[in-house]
Amino acid sequence: MSGGVEIGVRVVSIEQATPTVKRFSLAARDRSPLPVFSAGSHVVVAMDADDRRIKNPYSLIDRSADGSTYRIGVLRTPQSRGGSVFMHDRVEVGSELTITMPVNLFPLNRTGRKHLLIAGGIGVTPIYAMAEELARQSFAYEIHYAMRDAAHGAFADELVARHGDKVRLYRDDCQEVIAVDRILPHQPLGTHLYVCGPEGMIDAILKGGRAAGWPEENLHAERFLAPPGGSPFALTLAKAGITTEVRSDQSLLEAIEAAGVDAPFLCRGGACGQCETTVVSCDGELVHNDHFLSDEEKASGTKIMTCVSRLKGRELVLDL
Amino acid sequence: MLVSNIKSRPVYGGLKVDVAARRHLVAAEGEGALAVIDAFGAHPEALARTTLLYAAGGSAGEDHAARLAAFRPDDLFVMPSQPTLITRLNVILNTATMGTRLYAAGVEGFIGSVVAAGMAHGVDQASIRTEHRGSLARRVQCVHCKGMTENVTVSPVTCSHCGIPLLVRDHYSRRLGAFQGVSIDAETPGDVPPAEELYA
Amino acid sequence: MTIQFKNETFRDDFTFSNSPEAIQRFPFPFDKDEYMYAVNIEQHMPGPAKSTTEFPIDIDEHYVSEMRDRALVLKEDPLRCQALPHMLTAEWDLVELLMEQMSKHYPEHFSLTRDGDKWRWVNRPLGIDQHFTFGDTATLPYPPMEYVTRQCQGDFALIDQRNDMLWMDAGMITTQADWSLDFDIGMSWTEWHGPVPLAHEMGVMDRALKFMLNLQQGRPVRRLNWTMTINPRLDTSPENYHKWGIDRTTVTPENVGDKVHLRVELQALWRLPRSNAIVFSIRAYMIKMEELVTVPKWGRRLHRVLRDLRPELADYKGLTRFRDMTVDYLARHDDGAPTSPGFFPD
Repeated sequence: MSGGVEIGVRVVSIEQATPTVKRFSLAARDRSPLPVFSAGSHVVVAMDADDRRIKNPYSLIDRSADGSTYRIGVLRTPQSRGGSVFMHDRVEVGSELTITMPVNLFPLNRTGRKHLLIAGGIGVTPIYAMAEELARQSFAYEIHYAMRDAAHGAFADELVARHGDKVRLYRDDCQEVIAVDRILPHQPLGTHLYVCGPEGMIDAILKGGRAAGWPEENLHAERFLAPPGGSPFALTLAKAGITTEVRSDQSLLEAIEAAGVDAPFLCRGGACGQCETTVVSCDGELVHNDHFLSDEEKASGTKIMTCVSRLKGRELVLDL
Repeated sequence: MLVSNIKSRPVYGGLKVDVAARRHLVAAEGEGALAVIDAFGAHPEALARTTLLYAAGGSAGEDHAARLAAFRPDDLFVMPSQPTLITRLNVILNTATMGTRLYAAGVEGFIGSVVAAGMAHGVDQASIRTEHRGSLARRVQCVHCKGMTENVTVSPVTCSHCGIPLLVRDHYSRRLGAFQGVSIDAETPGDVPPAEELYA
Repeated sequence: MTIQFKNETFRDDFTFSNSPEAIQRFPFPFDKDEYMYAVNIEQHMPGPAKSTTEFPIDIDEHYVSEMRDRALVLKEDPLRCQALPHMLTAEWDLVELLMEQMSKHYPEHFSLTRDGDKWRWVNRPLGIDQHFTFGDTATLPYPPMEYVTRQCQGDFALIDQRNDMLWMDAGMITTQADWSLDFDIGMSWTEWHGPVPLAHEMGVMDRALKFMLNLQQGRPVRRLNWTMTINPRLDTSPENYHKWGIDRTTVTPENVGDKVHLRVELQALWRLPRSNAIVFSIRAYMIKMEELVTVPKWGRRLHRVLRDLRPELADYKGLTRFRDMTVDYLARHDDGAPTSPGFFPD
């Protein structure tokens, strides 16, 4: 089963939120209301570049009150496969894209008594939606948002306007860091922590949570990876009897799709496990970039997550 | 309802000390004291951050309270009964913070009560460390009248509220801290097999 | 299409029966001459016209009487409908799902008018005309899940998803086959499936859990489950087992065709949009053996399935006491001819 129901959308407005972040408002091409979504959800955006189709996951910031539009935020990351660069440089008002139905791999724990939302940089997008939901439900919450400098705080003003003194801002250029060792120790029982941001930040926050004696059950992170590029390699799909090439700017999953095979996926960020595929053989070294497989599974060389992982070598044969 | 090979027996993972926790809140009943002594005996450094609640319960007459006191935990509350222990536990949970880890050791009904108290204060049940010690006696909820029958060691057992003879199923509700009891003679009125001692 | 709603009972004098049209659309659950557990899940796509899966929510000739029976069950035992507090958002999701589906596919019976969060719901068969504010519990006479499920056929469980596990945290369960919401509420997927024999050993439950955790919005799925019931009784709850269990001893070779019913559950699962919870709907259909054998293929096939059923499954499903008599009855309707693949009548 592949990614599910798709929705054709049109870009209705673009906002340059910071020097490196654009916010896009998307409306259904047929003008019907977009589905309601739960805070923490993402959609996978399909972009038709010149000779290939790129698919990247983006968290949903919000849905307009009349349901006509979604907003997503995109950080320009030049070193990736080109999806964010395409969104920044090629997509304009009126451009047509395709998105999946919302998928939530970063849900609020509604049994929680209080919620700590921690965001770094572009990781603020799901946090923004969670804060809206918590405010609507009159839950107890705090927002901690770290950014490079004032100009990079894509959402700082909106967050402060909507959540007032529940928001704490931290600027790297002022040497302000989120001091988990001060924030976490005195939170009441039943508090849940949610963190989204750069890999290093997530690790530091979770480490701080454990050091403060928090149980794993109360620590939640969204670790979306943009699928990294790499060297090209040959790909054979054993069941389909297809041999093709995975280009340097293509993910393995994108190459499978380009070959016309409807492979399973959900998050396209190495988190959900839906695209787990059996490796028949490989001539080279598997580069596992996901957060789903255990270290033993990765070492075994028999499974690969096609959305973010690839081969460093000559040829990969998959059971597809 | 002739089936008894049900798989929802609770699994008690053992009273392992979570060395990352900043506070240990330990509730023990009866023989559960021995589990506490085993677990915290291996981690004496944790005792200065430990609040211990103990009710002699099923092991009254043995000197577990004195052994626990000799451990010199930060706080020790020796309570006269399970219900008074739970009342005190609730008071502590009301103001506890996230670095606190909850532990429960003793008979199943007691563990169930401690877990329920923790969950009512927002503690995720998976983070509660539990160890079963002492009697295998069960608390049984009659599915028909919803009455609880305590200290059940046999099946079938007569519901202490409505009097229906109950088959005790291996189906456990964490929320109720009880096993499920279902009429055993509904299809054979009056024909109740002799009670077997199963959970002594 | 206007449905002619029947006036019938599911208790006491048991006047329930199926019209010839209802027999033809019965969701017969066996596509082969044998039965074994499987994760028989498929997309909940529209089925053939007039079938029970033509629409996502099926309303049929038994609607009004089933809703009356549900009200009786709740009057005697309000614990059949419960929701943990954190499920309120999911309850409203369910209100939207059911009202939208019922009004869209049965406009002559139900209508929904929305003006922002000001909603008006009209249920003509039950004589209800309700104005309310979506999201404001105080504007409905019952809590949201209870309100809407008192007006929709089938049992409903609302399942929360936390820490990669599913939790049975709310439900309206009045027509269940031997499980207790009051006992199971708050349980994890693994805990509430504890009583299912064989399935654990086969890894079925683990695979199904993994599938459910990734259930997608806009892509509901369904499966069929089955058991057998003596008399057309909807409320075969464990709560009342001491009252209805005796029915299993009343089957005789003379009344087996009338008393023994195949009971099929059309179970569907939807991801809910606001809450990210899952609704699990369990829609029960019953058919007595006399009605079932009017479809020759089904008579032949059910005979073979029951005859060859593994004893532990027969026991779990509560068939042991009357299975042989039912097999004997059905044997008279099995000429040994081959049956065609698939569920539908030839």
